[in-house]
Amino acid sequence: MLVAVISLACMGAIFGIVLGISSRKFAVEVDPRVEALLQVMPGANCGACGQPGCAGFAEAVVAGTVNPSACSPGGLSLYEKIAAILGTEVSDYEERKVAQLLCQGGVGHARMSYRYKGISDCHAVLKKFRGPKACNTGCVMQGSCSRACPFGAIQMGADGLPVVDYYLCTGCNKCVLECPQQILKLVGVSHLVNVRCVNTDKAKEAKAACAVACIKCRICEKNCPEDAVHLVPAGNGSVAVIDYDKCSNCGICAAKCPTKAIDKIPPLSEDVVLEIKEAANSGCEHCKACA
Amino acid sequence: MRKATFKGGIHLVGHKEMTCGLETIPAPVPDRVYIPLSQHIGAPCAPLVVVGEEVKKGQRIGEGKGFVSSPIHASVSGKVVAIDLREHPGGSFVPCIVIENDGKEEWADSVRPAGDPALLDAGEIRQIISDAGIVGLGGATFPAHVKYSPVEGKRIEAVILNGVECEPYITADHRLMLERPERIVAGLQYIMRSVGCDRGVIAIEDNKMDAVSLMEQAAAAADNISVVVLREKYPQGSEKQLIYACTGKQVPAGALPLAVGVIVNNVGTAAAIADAVEKGTPLIERYVTVSGSGIRKPANFLVRIGTLFHELIAQCGGYSGEIEKIIAGGPMMGKTVFSDQLPVVKGSSGIVVLRREAAREAREYACVRCAKCIDVCPAFLEPTSLVKMAKRSAWEEAEKSDVMSCIECGSCVYSCPAKIQLIQYIRRAKQAVLASKPKAA
Repeated sequence: MLVAVISLACMGAIFGIVLGISSRKFAVEVDPRVEALLQVMPGANCGACGQPGCAGFAEAVVAGTVNPSACSPGGLSLYEKIAAILGTEVSDYEERKVAQLLCQGGVGHARMSYRYKGISDCHAVLKKFRGPKACNTGCVMQGSCSRACPFGAIQMGADGLPVVDYYLCTGCNKCVLECPQQILKLVGVSHLVNVRCVNTDKAKEAKAACAVACIKCRICEKNCPEDAVHLVPAGNGSVAVIDYDKCSNCGICAAKCPTKAIDKIPPLSEDVVLEIKEAANSGCEHCKACA
Repeated sequence: MRKATFKGGIHLVGHKEMTCGLETIPAPVPDRVYIPLSQHIGAPCAPLVVVGEEVKKGQRIGEGKGFVSSPIHASVSGKVVAIDLREHPGGSFVPCIVIENDGKEEWADSVRPAGDPALLDAGEIRQIISDAGIVGLGGATFPAHVKYSPVEGKRIEAVILNGVECEPYITADHRLMLERPERIVAGLQYIMRSVGCDRGVIAIEDNKMDAVSLMEQAAAAADNISVVVLREKYPQGSEKQLIYACTGKQVPAGALPLAVGVIVNNVGTAAAIADAVEKGTPLIERYVTVSGSGIRKPANFLVRIGTLFHELIAQCGGYSGEIEKIIAGGPMMGKTVFSDQLPVVKGSSGIVVLRREAAREAREYACVRCAKCIDVCPAFLEPTSLVKMAKRSAWEEAEKSDVMSCIECGSCVYSCPAKIQLIQYIRRAKQAVLASKPKAA
């Protein structure tokens, strides 16, 4: 008994001394600014900045290899904090962007050619006659963007189309990259008027396929006081496109558009709400092992 | 003696009795044919005619640029009335040449025998096959002349003709073997001559013993051609599985059958080649089975390429009952189409129409890890793991797990007790892996 206690105590003392010395001798110096930055980072590890997570971004910012304003979820407020920690000036900040869906042809608006019964995946459904809709350029409504969103900002709406929560959207670009139809677009929060149709077919075909299609009537073009919206040739035809540099958000085009393919949304705030709503005590770690 | 087969696979209810005893009927030539400009694997064709032009039967109307390409011919004589985008049974939109039939059935001048078939050399036979626009008629539609092109350092040891027809409902190849056995054997001999090979095998499943005896009679004169009887199992007709059953050789993953010195062709391809070599006729018609619970009087037809599905279905007395699905091809590997206004193409072996009760529609449950899909997979993959990778978008991991060797036979879905649509997830993974690769020029 006594021998055991003494030998354990001696071993403890020896290991303690060795560990104590080695921790001093081999200490890794961490830039205190990296630690400070990690405290203010959102911690979502979304990868929107192009770095391996928030820690990677913090190190890259201190090393000066990445633009400190590159964190889109953090937005302007984070940029100000980073600038304060690094002791630099806040300059050339780009405004916050959110994802806008350029299609309104949900169930009830768009004509369907068939009922799709396969797996929920936009890439898969496009292999079947370019999706169930008669319109071949619009949203195919299988929710790949919603699953790609790391912030839970995209939910599938009742009409089958994804709905972007502009307060939760951080502009991380993941859904834009995922969308096989390329109809999600990052737009600055100061731009409130969007043409929500990319169908370039002639008016008759476009209208036959979808009630809210751009019918190339040029009413928006004729009524725009800023000369900001034009019919632009694209694909085999043309489609209305807004020049965001000129648009003043007056909303006249949205009011005059006969098919309501152009819409104006309420003003958006510059700040993101970084709270991912999760049912309490769900215990889900999002490991996807159950999938 | 135990009949040869492959490892894995499933036993399906064939439903072949609906049409296998019915003699093939030449389908009426339609007033308009819709001929898609892409009916083969490889570069699509460009039209050689313009709207308003008069064309003759058998005239070449489309030609591709690439090496892996096959020309397209008019299947009726008449006038080109439109060239526009239409639905293709493969699930895409393809430019189609629409020809209004003038009913004269005039052959083009180019349709004539190239000379005495006995004197043609290998290169000339390949050229005739290429000019006739012959592609693999089993469904994959790989241009036939490309398959026969000699590859440096590779000797072809055997040509296997695929008369297996393992898809349920489809009996087009079965009828062809019963009605034109001597054409098939003649075609096989031309193929063997064009690739310089002296061993021919005709493989038939043991549910078609009548075809086996007829083919044996037809091949009796040629002592280098044998008929092999295989066990009835799905997917016996798949190229790699067929080679394993006939020769015991395994084709390496990602390689062509050429790697083991074997060429596989459908029996229909062989018959078309015999016609092309001896008469000069291009590929403008094929055997098509129209069957399924949603068809009033199922039948086998000899159909001109470009005939719309609905004209064949009308010949069968129309639909019966409430229709759920129209499938271009067989129910296992065919593509569901949403309209009957689609044309028959070179790769259409059948049209299957299913009623609501026959088309399975069930909720997908969680995987119960029973490993049935692994047992039946003829490509020796782990379908359930691949599906999990696809759900996580782990494409690199899926590629490492050999997802590209999947032959999309659907055996895993058929055997899955949780009703998981494994094949759709795997197809999605293959699509993503292909998209991540730089495009080969």
